[in-house]
Amino acid sequence: MIFSFELLAQAIVMGLLIGGIYALISVGLSMIWGVMKIINFAHGEFLMAAMYIAFFLTAKAGWDPYLTIFVTVPALFLIGVFIFQLTIKPILYDPPMNQIMLTVGLSLIMQNLALFFFKADVLTSSTAYTKMNFYLGEVVVRTSQLIAFIGAAITAIMLYWFLQKTELGRAIRATSQNPSAAMLVGVNVRNIYLIAFGIGSATLGVAASLMIPFYYTSPTVGLYFGLIAYVIVVLGGLGNFIGALVAGLIIGLTEAVGAVFLPGSFSRVIVFGLFIVVLLFRPQGIFGGKQQ
Amino acid sequence: MNKLIHNKMAILSIGLLLICSFLPFFLPDYFLHIAILVLLYAYLATAWNILGGFAGQHSLGHSLFLGIGAYTSTYLFTGLGITPWVGMWIGAGLAGLAGWFVGYLSFRYGLKGPYFALVTIAIAEAMVSLTNNISLVGGAQGLDVRWEGNNPLVMQFENKIGYYFIILVMIAIAIALVYWISHHRFGYQLIAVRENEEAAEALGTDMLRVKIVATVISAILTALGGTFFAQYITYINPRNVFGEGPSIQILLFAIVGGLGTVWGPAIGALILVPISEFSRSWLSGTFAGAHLLLYGSVLVLVMLFMPKGFVGLFEKIKQKKFRKQSTPSEKEI
Repeated sequence: MIFSFELLAQAIVMGLLIGGIYALISVGLSMIWGVMKIINFAHGEFLMAAMYIAFFLTAKAGWDPYLTIFVTVPALFLIGVFIFQLTIKPILYDPPMNQIMLTVGLSLIMQNLALFFFKADVLTSSTAYTKMNFYLGEVVVRTSQLIAFIGAAITAIMLYWFLQKTELGRAIRATSQNPSAAMLVGVNVRNIYLIAFGIGSATLGVAASLMIPFYYTSPTVGLYFGLIAYVIVVLGGLGNFIGALVAGLIIGLTEAVGAVFLPGSFSRVIVFGLFIVVLLFRPQGIFGGKQQ
Repeated sequence: MNKLIHNKMAILSIGLLLICSFLPFFLPDYFLHIAILVLLYAYLATAWNILGGFAGQHSLGHSLFLGIGAYTSTYLFTGLGITPWVGMWIGAGLAGLAGWFVGYLSFRYGLKGPYFALVTIAIAEAMVSLTNNISLVGGAQGLDVRWEGNNPLVMQFENKIGYYFIILVMIAIAIALVYWISHHRFGYQLIAVRENEEAAEALGTDMLRVKIVATVISAILTALGGTFFAQYITYINPRNVFGEGPSIQILLFAIVGGLGTVWGPAIGALILVPISEFSRSWLSGTFAGAHLLLYGSVLVLVMLFMPKGFVGLFEKIKQKKFRKQSTPSEKEI
């Protein structure tokens, strides 16, 4: 192992860039989890579905990868709404573990349907952006990853603005804080759940389109991203928007810097270790307030 | 009255055990294989059920203990030549320690429900990454269990009947243990943890201890199953013992059969394992994920339509019959 300052700088840049994507993936999960107190264990598989859509549009239909956002986002919104109506709505008030098992079942179904339709092949699309990069001093920056980071930041800002400033956003936050009180002041809580689930899923559409130029697609691609998203949401504090963004960057950095010092995929052990430590000592998250 | 039920239960169980003992001599090899898998998964689900069903603490990372059992005995056997008959107990001891660690850390800080599930997943996933990177235990390639020919001393049999009887004894002991637990103080304490922890704590039960003991027992039993799994399949790797696949399979049968019941996990495995194995062998050439697709669909359907599993369904039917005979006024209740 040759250690150098350049290597570390490179890892920090890469960690921050991938951390932005992690943050974007987690924001949707955090919203769903915060609003209806359901952990969607199929979150990673929703991302996988979006990545297949983006992949086929770019690789087979020749679209510009970033244009696919106009398909992936509405598609994921609809998938989210459809799955919510069909499976989540009937169990909204069931014990939490039943909800978890149901979404675990959903993730198994989606993973293996993807395996059935698309086979286990790892698909990579070579777009115009894939090979572009530039130098920042000694550090190589992949243009597609920088675009993804900026795109993730813009999406997060838009979502934040939506939640803070619009009537619907306020209704979503009200429902998240106290569903019965929200209902009393005239919020249709079930509709809010539906919309929150749709929006939470739609953010994955953005993430998928941004990732296609530099990331592969496979039936199990959602597994690790899903796990990382739970880690980030817990780290950032349940339903805490800003917390999830910061935690996303922290996890991206931990993973990339860890990979400099440790061989193979050992850095993942650190990510999970960090998560376990946080869960044990600050289950409300690093940035969370009082425990619920 | 109670004694009568116990006696009836004992007679039924012994009868069932006798039937199961004669069964392998009449089964063709392929069906014997399925019978072994049914018993193995019934056993693992029964072990999970102690913590997940009775105490209501759903571990989504029980593969941690399965993997510890499988890796310990296999490494000791293949690397150091120690027979799995000894290795399985060392694995069980290590898994018990791991269970204590997981239980102590999580429950001490009052983690429950989804958070406990997440901790268990994270630890199991960390073990996948860890074993993937340790070349001593084969890294991502995993370990082959060295074949020494027909040698019962190292838990290897040319004929599947040998494996069948080992797992039959294991599940018989596990079910007897769960039955015993469910009719004794400890079992009531477990159910108290699940139903109303604060109330039980207020009555003076040490809930932390109860939950940790449940985790340790469940971990030990699961690890013993892990050794059997390794000996029978003869090959282990990080994903197929520590991964999320085995974790889900372990709990699936308990949930489908009936959480927190003595026979639920076995019934769940008896119904689901043959279906999944047949579908696997029919579709294996064209569709490798058939059985997982089936498991996912079953999980979703069970959660939507019969969250209490098959045992819950039987009881509902029984109650309906009973209600038909009762007076209308009782119906109101």
